[in-house]
Amino acid sequence: MNWYGIRAIYRFEMARTGRTLMQSIASPVVSTSLYFVVFGSAIGSRITSVEGVSYAAFIIPGLVMLSLLMQSVSNASFGIYFPKFVGTIYEVHSAPLSFLEIVLGYVGAAATKAVIVGLIILATARVFVDYSIAHPLVMIAFLLLTTITFSLLGFIIGIWADNFEKLQVVPLMVITPLTFLGGSFYSIHMLPPFWQKVTLFNPVVYLISGFRWSFFDLADVSVGISLAATLAFLALCLAAVWWIFRTGYKLKV
Amino acid sequence: MNAVAQMASDDILVVRGLDKVYPGGFQALKDIDLAIRRGEIFALLGPNGAGKTTLISIICGIVNLGAGSIEVDGHDIVRDWRASRSLVGLVPQELKTDAFETVWNTVRFSRGLFGKAPDDAYIERLLKELSLWDKRDNKMLMLSGGMKRRVMIAKALSHEPRLLFLDEPTAGVDVELRRDMWAMVRRLRESGVTIVLTTHYIEEAEEMADRVGVINKGELIVVEEKAALMHKLGRKQLRLQLHDPLDVVPDALAPHRLELAAGGNELVYNYDTQGERTGITALLADLAAAGVRFRDLSTRQDTLEQIFLQLLKEGA
Repeated sequence: MNWYGIRAIYRFEMARTGRTLMQSIASPVVSTSLYFVVFGSAIGSRITSVEGVSYAAFIIPGLVMLSLLMQSVSNASFGIYFPKFVGTIYEVHSAPLSFLEIVLGYVGAAATKAVIVGLIILATARVFVDYSIAHPLVMIAFLLLTTITFSLLGFIIGIWADNFEKLQVVPLMVITPLTFLGGSFYSIHMLPPFWQKVTLFNPVVYLISGFRWSFFDLADVSVGISLAATLAFLALCLAAVWWIFRTGYKLKV
Repeated sequence: MNAVAQMASDDILVVRGLDKVYPGGFQALKDIDLAIRRGEIFALLGPNGAGKTTLISIICGIVNLGAGSIEVDGHDIVRDWRASRSLVGLVPQELKTDAFETVWNTVRFSRGLFGKAPDDAYIERLLKELSLWDKRDNKMLMLSGGMKRRVMIAKALSHEPRLLFLDEPTAGVDVELRRDMWAMVRRLRESGVTIVLTTHYIEEAEEMADRVGVINKGELIVVEEKAALMHKLGRKQLRLQLHDPLDVVPDALAPHRLELAAGGNELVYNYDTQGERTGITALLADLAAAGVRFRDLSTRQDTLEQIFLQLLKEGA
């Protein structure tokens, strides 16, 4: 293994976060605070509790998941797209780095940044509402699995994209709607029966449900199914990344 | 060690039967055979689109290999890619840098990518040698084109490669910096690094290279010692400044295929130094017999550039 190579990519990507603190850290904290003000205080004052949990606390897992998904995807996609865009990717290709090592460097950094943002949001939420975590280890497991999976997805998007519009289209047009419709701010049991069934086709439902269970012992679908769905999506992303490197898709001719 | 093994160990790079066809059908390289000797400076000349960058990119692992095989210091670039890549450094033609990174960090990053443990003393020495030490904390976007070029070289040397590719290293740099670069390339060679450079400045190849390869339309037309190439393919010219200008070349001198130049004030005679006879003695005798007198004479040899253009013309 080229550990120095992995470390070089990882540190390079993490250093970029340091240079863009406002965008990387402050921005998600501000938007989460706004969500709390709007949903937690304004709407929450009218919905006192959801299945025994105060509404302001109920939305915390969804809010964290929303940021995790967006941060994982945007960090990883930008991380690999930018060297492609400016042409410095030649150095990565010419280095003695295996595909696995390249992925570990970029995806590892993207996932780390997303986890940091997730933890900051959890800390920020504490300012607005009192909550506890029923299963901390499961919460950490879901946090890590989700960030790694969606960082892999972001990596795939970064390789696929050949302009900035494509880079933005999946996070904005796919991930954001799926997250909002995946039970971030409500329990899917609050939907009419037909839409409850439709919602089950949304993979983000399983992420949020499993994550929420780790906080409140409260889930829309069983935690085992949530975990299996997350692992299946992770396997799918890993297979896609493996295929990209095996074929050199959009990387090498 | 037998002769074959000796020859193999003398070559740091061996390319055999290399073909490259890009998706879409464009054949960039055709059956390239090339061996680069350890410690030499090899200049690869060719017009735009000849296949120089494709060849280098395949060796460095940036472009997929088509047919054929490549070994770097005995390591096959496909089977033993990790070992082969760690021996190679590349300075690409275009200045591709991360604008927001500092010189120090970007060079350190490159060393790490190639699997080398951090060695700040080495990086410091490298930056000092390339006159970049004062700029180490500057972001790349603050540097001039010439300075960026130096950083690209520092990045390529950061992992102490044994084979360095310089793709158009002095494109767009001023004369002074070009001279500096040439001096640096010589120092690198003295330190044991083998250098392959592509260039549009044939003067550069003439100044620097031990051997020259000419590539055109994906085919390697010639590989030769620079001096031998110039000797073998270069033509010489004898120019006679006439006492009295001529309107036409006298018929008696027709066998010598003379050309009139400088408004009839000069006669030009082309001859081959490799020929059995240069024909100069006979020419002088015929000039005297024809009553053509001259005030002075000079000879001139083809430059590498003229040879290069001639080779391309013949290959076209």
